[in-house]
Amino acid sequence: MRSSKVISVAAAGAVVLSLGLSACGGGDDSGDGGGGKAKFDAGSKGIVNASDKKGGTLVMAQPDDFESLDPANIYYAYGSDFFRLYSRTLVTYTSKPGEEGTKPSPDLAQGLGTPSDGNKTWTYKLKPGLKYEDGSVIKAQDIKYAVARTFDRGVLRNGPSYFTQMLEAGDYKGPFKDKNLDHFKGVTTPDDSTVVFHLKAPFSEWDQLVMFSGQTVPVPQAKDTGTQYGMHPFSSGPYKWQADYKMKQGGTLVRNTYWDPKTDPNRKALPDKVVVQSGLSADEIDNREIDGTVQIDLPGTGVQAAARQKILSDPKLKANSDDPLAGFHWYMPINTEIVPNVECRKAIVYATNRDALWRAYGGDVGGEMATSIMPADIQGREKGTDAYTKAQVGYTGDVNAAKQSLAKCGKPNGFAVTMLFRSDRPKEQAAAEAMEQALGRVGIKLTLKGYPHGTYTNEQFGSPAFNKKNNVGLGTYGWAPDWPTGYGYLQAGTDGKAIQETGNVNISMLKDPQIDKMWNDVVKVNDPNQRAQIYNQIDQRVRDLAAIIPTVYAKSLLYRSPKLTNVYVHSGYGMYDYANLGVTS
Amino acid sequence: MPDAVIAFLVRRLLGAVALLIVISLVTYGIFFLLPKLAGVSTDDLAARFAGKAPDATTLEAIKERFGLDKPFFVQYGEFMKTLVTGGDYDTGTSTVHCSAPCLGYSFRTNQAVTPQLLQRAPVTLSIAVGAAVLWLLAGVATGVVSALKKGSIFDRAAMIIALAGVSLPIFFTGLLGLAYVVHAWGILPEVNWTPLSQDPAKWFTSLILPWISLALLYAAMYARLTRAGMLETMNEDFVRTARAKGLRESTVVTKHALRATLTPILTVFGLDFGLLLGGAIITEATFGLPGLGRLALDGVNQSDLPVVVGVTITTALFVVLMNLIVDLLYAVVDPRVRLA
Repeated sequence: MRSSKVISVAAAGAVVLSLGLSACGGGDDSGDGGGGKAKFDAGSKGIVNASDKKGGTLVMAQPDDFESLDPANIYYAYGSDFFRLYSRTLVTYTSKPGEEGTKPSPDLAQGLGTPSDGNKTWTYKLKPGLKYEDGSVIKAQDIKYAVARTFDRGVLRNGPSYFTQMLEAGDYKGPFKDKNLDHFKGVTTPDDSTVVFHLKAPFSEWDQLVMFSGQTVPVPQAKDTGTQYGMHPFSSGPYKWQADYKMKQGGTLVRNTYWDPKTDPNRKALPDKVVVQSGLSADEIDNREIDGTVQIDLPGTGVQAAARQKILSDPKLKANSDDPLAGFHWYMPINTEIVPNVECRKAIVYATNRDALWRAYGGDVGGEMATSIMPADIQGREKGTDAYTKAQVGYTGDVNAAKQSLAKCGKPNGFAVTMLFRSDRPKEQAAAEAMEQALGRVGIKLTLKGYPHGTYTNEQFGSPAFNKKNNVGLGTYGWAPDWPTGYGYLQAGTDGKAIQETGNVNISMLKDPQIDKMWNDVVKVNDPNQRAQIYNQIDQRVRDLAAIIPTVYAKSLLYRSPKLTNVYVHSGYGMYDYANLGVTS
Repeated sequence: MPDAVIAFLVRRLLGAVALLIVISLVTYGIFFLLPKLAGVSTDDLAARFAGKAPDATTLEAIKERFGLDKPFFVQYGEFMKTLVTGGDYDTGTSTVHCSAPCLGYSFRTNQAVTPQLLQRAPVTLSIAVGAAVLWLLAGVATGVVSALKKGSIFDRAAMIIALAGVSLPIFFTGLLGLAYVVHAWGILPEVNWTPLSQDPAKWFTSLILPWISLALLYAAMYARLTRAGMLETMNEDFVRTARAKGLRESTVVTKHALRATLTPILTVFGLDFGLLLGGAIITEATFGLPGLGRLALDGVNQSDLPVVVGVTITTALFVVLMNLIVDLLYAVVDPRVRLA
């Protein structure tokens, strides 16, 4: 009896895990207020049920929880989308559908940053009249403190580390260890409304870097509670926390009466209240969304398999759903150290069955066949020409070309490598099996090994030592940009300087002098169009080197509750814009 | 209380403490030593608590904060010391004291573990008690009737249902119940945890489905156990003697046969109920109830050692206590048993 119970607990755990795991992460204006005329995918193209009507309670739910509610300690897109309800940054995403949404827009700042000293100094001026939830004035010094506290990577360990890497701050360890803020030289505040960033090296996309994270959300030093701050962050946005947030249970946001909408063109703040329910099962969230008692599935990565089938087979439900590009590209890095000869790598790409991979990732609803490494939502991204492969439905690979490449590589009979995939993601397993079969046609023998997603990107596929030891030649992977430019998408995965021992993203181990030079040069270029051209060249070069197989740009099937107003998919987050949703009573 | 009983209790409590120490040591070992044997470095371990693609500085800071670089026994020693004497926790801006029994602070949520356990215990207790009442009543009654009417249609039907009940996991019956009973037919309200003290009616209606789902699994098992026990007991000499004395059949069944059958059931019940008090993992996860089981599941999924150790020790404590209570109850249920 005992053992059967253990087995059933383990099995249930696996199911619960798989339920939880499938979760991470537009102007057609119907304006009918009730969602009756909405069409499938209308929210990906424009605003559905456009409205300025205030009132009501918006209920959002999630199976797990945010990594933190402290905006400085958040990395993932849905947390960043959500914190805009109670926090403001110097610069934020423009709240508009379509490509406009990927552009930076001043938030606390009067305008975008002014670069000087060859892009090494960036200056922002605060808008007048900005206040916190207690009516006190938001000052430049609070933003300096907010940036300073991110230097303590023990206390704030989840957020991005761009500031600690790029600001000229010596060996400053953060205000928890060194209380004198004058010792922090990375940011200066000549007066109460001016914030100046001092960088070690030129960087042209500072506005985007400031935009994407919550690390410039002002924090008054007296209100900081360190590791506990995430339980009740001090509000600078349209809502404030009614009480302490309970992790894995939830909390309620109510209006912050000191927020002035005249200073904030990016947030409509329509509901009177926003309730967060955490810890529900993912399937139960789908049920409640369809019932209407929950309006938003917070992670924004799409419904589960059961609801997916229900929605796609019922025209009424389908009309209330969107299938946008989620910002992710599921691609496959080929390790250039394990497969050093470019002809051998080309053989892998030639032999890849693109049709089978596309189907493995869910076919039409699951995503679009990828051409470039950069997905479609990246500013200035060109579609790219197919290098050694074709992004066409029905294209199963070019066996002859693959065999010729193998011959040029000196391995006419093929070779053997290991391929990794996330064992708790059935789509990735199917993709790995499709690769095994496709490459087997030309004598390339893949040994498939699966690992859980929790350790995959750090300890296995993200560890160069592990890959070397286990002869890992390729694997399934996915990446979404930190911010939607070529730098935000490609740098971590292709720059030789970005290789890390743990959590490595440059899994191809690219150390190509041409690519590295382009990365060194692009940060000095101020014209975004010129930068985009360079990013496209890097993208093309990576594909020419057969270091990454473009696979599928992920789509996520989102249920758009008919109770929601003013709803559209925001390109910067790859999900609905949470700060601008309304709800009908 | 007789000396023999006191000695028995002291002996068992000392044993319980030793057992809890062993369990905490094993949990620590699983967390720190097993990954090491599998080739996971302390950097890898630290990366589990960091955000996307953490840099070396972040990993160093995490190792320092959580003491991941320290030798295993030093870490375990510090844990035991904090448990017994309490400890201080650095939030960055201040130092807060965690009084004994202090199980440390969660690596994920930065919250003290002991208050979390106390906060979640009522949820699990509500689920466990409600379900236990249901499964004991339904299971034992079905088992007795089945045994008395062995071979009847009732017996066969009950045993087939029991077999199905044992075979159907909660994540299946629970999800099915949610999909139909709650969402499609609207017979029961959504399952949202409401404390008993806040709204008894909501507490009750909200827990009906979890109780039934959980009880179905156990009732089936108890029905089969009771049936088997009753069948065996009904052939015992003392039952024949009771009948020969001219006692009514109902008295023979309830006072003599059932009483003897209850002993093994009590043993199993002690274990089952104790384990459940430590967290009805699948039920809580399926219905989104914030109990100890859900806490344990999240802790395991997120490598949150202090939480995992906390829940493990709590569960172990419940099992040990329930066993102790069961042993004491043996003497009440079965006159042949004497504590010594």
